[in-house]
Amino acid sequence: MSSVLYDAQGPRAKRRNVVFSVVFLAALAAVLWWVYTMLDEKGQLEWVLWKPFFTGTEAWSTYLWPGLQNTLKAAALSMVIALPLGAVLGIARLSEHAWVRVPAGAVVEFFRAIPVLVLMIFGLALFSEYTNVNADDRPLYAVVTGLVLYNSSVLAEIVRAGILSLPRGQSEAALAVGLRKNQVMRFILLPQAVTAMLPAIVSQLVVIVKDTALGGAVLTFPDLMAAVSPMSAYYGANTIASFTIVAVIYIVINFALTSFASWLEGRLRRGKKSTGAVLGVDAVDELSAPGDHVDVTHEVDKGP
Amino acid sequence: MFDFLEGYDLWEAFWTTVQLTVLSAVGSLIWGTLLAAMRVGPVPLMRGFGTAYVNIVRNIPLTVIILFASLGLNQTLGISLGSDQVDTTNFRLAVLGLIVYTSAFVCEALRSGINTVPVGQAEAARAIGLNFTQVLTLIVLPQAFRSVVGPLANVLIALTKNTTVAAAIGVAEAALLMKEMIENEAQLIAISAVFAFGFVCLTLPTGLILGWVSKKVAVKR
Repeated sequence: MSSVLYDAQGPRAKRRNVVFSVVFLAALAAVLWWVYTMLDEKGQLEWVLWKPFFTGTEAWSTYLWPGLQNTLKAAALSMVIALPLGAVLGIARLSEHAWVRVPAGAVVEFFRAIPVLVLMIFGLALFSEYTNVNADDRPLYAVVTGLVLYNSSVLAEIVRAGILSLPRGQSEAALAVGLRKNQVMRFILLPQAVTAMLPAIVSQLVVIVKDTALGGAVLTFPDLMAAVSPMSAYYGANTIASFTIVAVIYIVINFALTSFASWLEGRLRRGKKSTGAVLGVDAVDELSAPGDHVDVTHEVDKGP
Repeated sequence: MFDFLEGYDLWEAFWTTVQLTVLSAVGSLIWGTLLAAMRVGPVPLMRGFGTAYVNIVRNIPLTVIILFASLGLNQTLGISLGSDQVDTTNFRLAVLGLIVYTSAFVCEALRSGINTVPVGQAEAARAIGLNFTQVLTLIVLPQAFRSVVGPLANVLIALTKNTTVAAAIGVAEAALLMKEMIENEAQLIAISAVFAFGFVCLTLPTGLILGWVSKKVAVKR
C-alpha cells in the first residue's frame, strides 16, 4: 500500500484508524436512524407502499417499463444523430481553412455554453410553431433536439482531442507516401482516433441518459422520471418508494455504462502499442468547459 | 425589436441563477473537499463511504435529485429548511440538491489532483524527516491545488448550466422565465437568443479566465 498521503501504518496509526472508524460508524448510524424514524413517522416505510414494485408486475408494465423505453429511445436517437454530426464538427474544427475552422469552432463553443434545458425548451417551441409535428411526438423531438445540439458539440471536442492525440508522424508518413489530406483523415487518423475515443464516447452516453430526465420533468416527455408522479398518485402517495425505484434503475443503467467504459479504457490502454493517448472516462468531464482548449498531452493522456 | 422584454424582469431571473450557482458552488466545495479527504484517507470505512457516495450520486440524474428534494423531502416528509415561504423553500431545496450532486464531481476533481503528485515526492519528503502535516501542507497540497484549477472550473461551469434544472421545481431562474416568455410572446427566436446570450455571458468568461489561470499555475511535469 503506497499512497502520496500516508505510509504503511504502524501500531499507533492502526489504533487511531480503529477509533476513527468507530466514530464514523456511530455518526453514520445516527444519521440513518434519524432518516429511518422520519420515514417511519410519515408512514413511508409501510409495505403497502413498496409492495407494487416487488410482488406484482403491474407497476413495471404500466409505468416503469414504458417510461424506461422512452428514456432509452431518446438517448439512443440522440447518440446516433449526435455522433456523425460531432465527427463532422470535430474534423471541421481541425481544417486548414479558416472559413471552415472558425464557424465550426463558434458552433461548438456556443452550444457547449448553453444549458441543455434551454435548448430543449427552444426545441419544443420550435416544433410547435414552425412544424406540423404531432403534439404527442413534440416532447420527444424537443428532447432529442436539445440533446443532439449539446452532445454533438461535446462529441466534436472528443473527436478533435482523439485526432490531436495521435503522433504527428502518422499524418506526416501518410502525406509522404502521397495520400491526399482527406485520405489521411479517412484511412489513417479517424480509425485510430475512434478506438482512442471509445471509452469517452461510452461515458458520454451516461450524460445523455441523465439529461433525458429533464424532458420528463419540464417538457411532459413520458420518460422514466415522469413515471414517478402518476405512479405515486395511483399507489397511495408512495413518493419515497417511487423515487427510490426510479433512482435505482438510473443507477443500474449508468453504473453499467460507466463500468463498461472503464473496462474498455483499461483494455485499450493495455493493448496499446503506439504512442497515441486513450481518451479516458474522465476526459468527458474535462472536455466540457467552453472556451478552454484541450491540452491533449497533459490532460487526456494519463499514462499506462 | 426587443420591446417584448418589457414586463419581464430578466435581471431578477439571471440574478437568481447567479445566486443558485454561487451558493451551491460554496456548499459543494466544502462537502466535496470532505468527501475527497475521506476517499484518499487511510480509514477503510470512510474510503468505502466516499466511494459509494460518489458512485451512487454521479449516476442519478440531477433532475431526479432536485425533484426528490421538492416532492419527497418537502411535500412528503415536511422538511422546509427553516423557511415558511414556498419560494424560499424551493430555492433552498434546489441549492441542497445541487450541492448533493455537484460535490460528487468536486470530490473526483480534487482526488485526481492529489493523484497527479508523484508518490516519489512524498517519499522523499518523509525521507528527509517531514511529518504528515508537513508533507501534506508543504509538498502535496500546493501541487494538487494547482493542478485541479482546470477540472474545478469545468465543474463550476457545469454547475452554472445545471442551475436551470431548478426550473423543474418552480424556482424563478432564467430557464423558467424563458419558458414563460415563450408561452406568452410570439418571439421564439429573439427570446431564445436573449437567454442563450445570457448563459454565454455567464459561462464563456468563466471558462476562459479559469482556463488561463489553470495553465498559468499548473505544475509542468
